[in-house]
Amino acid sequence: MRKLFLPLTVVAAGMFMMAPFLIDGAPYESTMGLVQKIFYFHVPSAMTMFVSAFVCGISSAVFLFKGRAAADRLAVAAAELTSVFGIIVLVTGPLWARKAWGVWWVWDERITSTFVLWLIFNAYLLLRKYGGAGSERLAAGLAIFGMANVPFVYWSVNVWRTLHPKTTVVPTLQPGMRGPFWFCVTAFLLLYVLAITARAHLEAERARLEEIYLSIEE
Amino acid sequence: MTNWWPGRAARALVIAAALAFSTPVFALQPPTAAAQDGFVPVSRAAQQETIPAARLVVIAYGFAWVMLLGYLWSIWSRLGKVERELLAVSRRIDAGERRG
Amino acid sequence: MSFVRAAWLVVRKDVLIEARSREILYTTLFFAVACVLVFAFGFVNEGRPITDAAPGILWIAIAFSGTLALGRAFERERQHETLRALMIAPVDRPALYVGKLAGILLLLAMVEVVIVPLVALLFHAPLFTRPLLLVALLAGGTTGFAAVGTLFAAMLVRARSRDVLLPVLLYPITIPVIIAGVRGTAALLQADVDVPMARAWISMLVLFDVVFIVLALWTFEPLMTE
Repeated sequence: MRKLFLPLTVVAAGMFMMAPFLIDGAPYESTMGLVQKIFYFHVPSAMTMFVSAFVCGISSAVFLFKGRAAADRLAVAAAELTSVFGIIVLVTGPLWARKAWGVWWVWDERITSTFVLWLIFNAYLLLRKYGGAGSERLAAGLAIFGMANVPFVYWSVNVWRTLHPKTTVVPTLQPGMRGPFWFCVTAFLLLYVLAITARAHLEAERARLEEIYLSIEE
Repeated sequence: MTNWWPGRAARALVIAAALAFSTPVFALQPPTAAAQDGFVPVSRAAQQETIPAARLVVIAYGFAWVMLLGYLWSIWSRLGKVERELLAVSRRIDAGERRG
Repeated sequence: MSFVRAAWLVVRKDVLIEARSREILYTTLFFAVACVLVFAFGFVNEGRPITDAAPGILWIAIAFSGTLALGRAFERERQHETLRALMIAPVDRPALYVGKLAGILLLLAMVEVVIVPLVALLFHAPLFTRPLLLVALLAGGTTGFAAVGTLFAAMLVRARSRDVLLPVLLYPITIPVIIAGVRGTAALLQADVDVPMARAWISMLVLFDVVFIVLALWTFEPLMTE
C-alpha cells in the first residue's frame, strides 16, 4: 500500500478535479432539474458512509474477539470517516430536499437511519475520546451493536410513508447520468481507501510513540 | 461460555422463529410511488424557479469539498505532529545513550 | 454452578439490597412521575392534552427513568467494588448479565405499574382497552431497552464520564424500541384499535429483543474483560 499510496493519491485528486466537468455535462433530470445534480456527490458519500460503518463494525468484532490492535486502528479510522462522510450526506441531502420536496427534512427511513447511524458513530468517537483507559474495547462493543441496529431502524421508520428516491434509481440510471455517477462513486471509494489508510497509519504512529514513552519511563 | 449456550440447531431455530414472527413488519412496507423509482433525463432545467437551485447545488458541492479537504488536511497535520514528536523522542534517546 | 442458578443468585442479591433501602425504586419512580408532569406542562393546552401525546410521553418517561435506574444500579456495584467481585466469581459471565438484566426489568416493571395508569389518567388515554397487547408492548419494549442498557451500563462502569456517556450510547441504539413502543401504543389508542399494526410492532420488538440479547450474551464476556 505504501508504494501505491502516492500514485493513487494523484489519481484520486485528478478524478475529483474532473468530476465537476462530468457532472456539468450530465443531462438534467425532468422533474427536479438542476438540483438533482447534488445526487452525484450525495449518493456516493452515502455509499461510502455505509461501507465505512460496516468496516468499523467488522474490524471492531475482530478486535474484540481476536484482540488484534491493527483491527482497532482500522475501526477508529473507519468511525471517523463514517462521521465525515455522514455529515456530507446529512448536509447535501436537505439542500436537495429543500428544492425537490419543499422542506429541509423529512422523517423518511433512509434519512432517519443515516442520521441514527451517524449519531452512533459519533457516540463511538465520544466514547473513545472521553471514556478513559480501556474505552477502545467498549467502543468496539458499541460499533457491533450499531451495525446490528441499522436494519431495525430502517424497518421501524419504513412503516411511515416515504418521499426519498428508491435505491432502484441507481441501476436504472440513463447512460448520460450513469457515467458521471459511477465515476464519482469510484472517486469517493478511492478517496476513502486512501483516507482510511492514512488515518490508520496515524493511529499506528501514535501507538509507536506511546510505546517509546512507556519504555523511557521504565 | 460453553455449557450454557444452546446447540447450533437450537440457535438456528430461535433465529428462524424470530424471522417468522417478524413477517408482519415486512408485510407493512409502504407501496412504491412511481416517481421515486428512476430519474428521467431532459436536456434543459426548468426556467422559472421559486427557490434558486443553483445556490443549493453550489452550497452542497462547496460543503462536500470543504469537508473532504478539511479532513484530509487534519489527518496530514496530525500525522506531521506525531512524526515530529517521534523524531524528537528518538533523538533524545540517542543523545541519552551516547551520554550514558 | 448452573447458569440459571447463578443468574438467580444475582437477581436475589439485587432484590435483597434494594428491598432494604428501596433507594433506586423510590428515586426512579419519583423521577418518572416528575417526567410525566413536566411533559404535561409541555403538551397540555387550555386544560386539554394534545391528542397523540400520551404514547410518546409514556415511552420517553420509561426510557429516561430506565437510564437513571441503570446508572444507579451499576454505580452501586462500582462504589462497593462488587462488580469486580462478581466478575472474579467462578460462574459463567453471561449468567451475571442475565441476572442484572432481570433485576433491572423487575424494577422497571414496578415503575411502569405506576406511570402507565398515571399517563392514562392525566392524558385521557384509553390505554387499557386491549390490556394484553399493551402488556406485550411494554414487556417487549422494556426488555429491548434494558437488554442494551444493562450491557452498556455494565461496560461503562470502567469508563470515565460514564453518567453522560450512558444516554449518549444508549439512545441512538434503542431508537427502534422507542419508535415501536410509541407507534404500537398509538395504534392501541385509536378510536377503532388497529390490532394488526400493534401486532406488527410487537413482533418487531420481539425480534429486536432476541437479536440484542444474543449479541449482548455474545459480547458480554470480552467487553467485561480488562
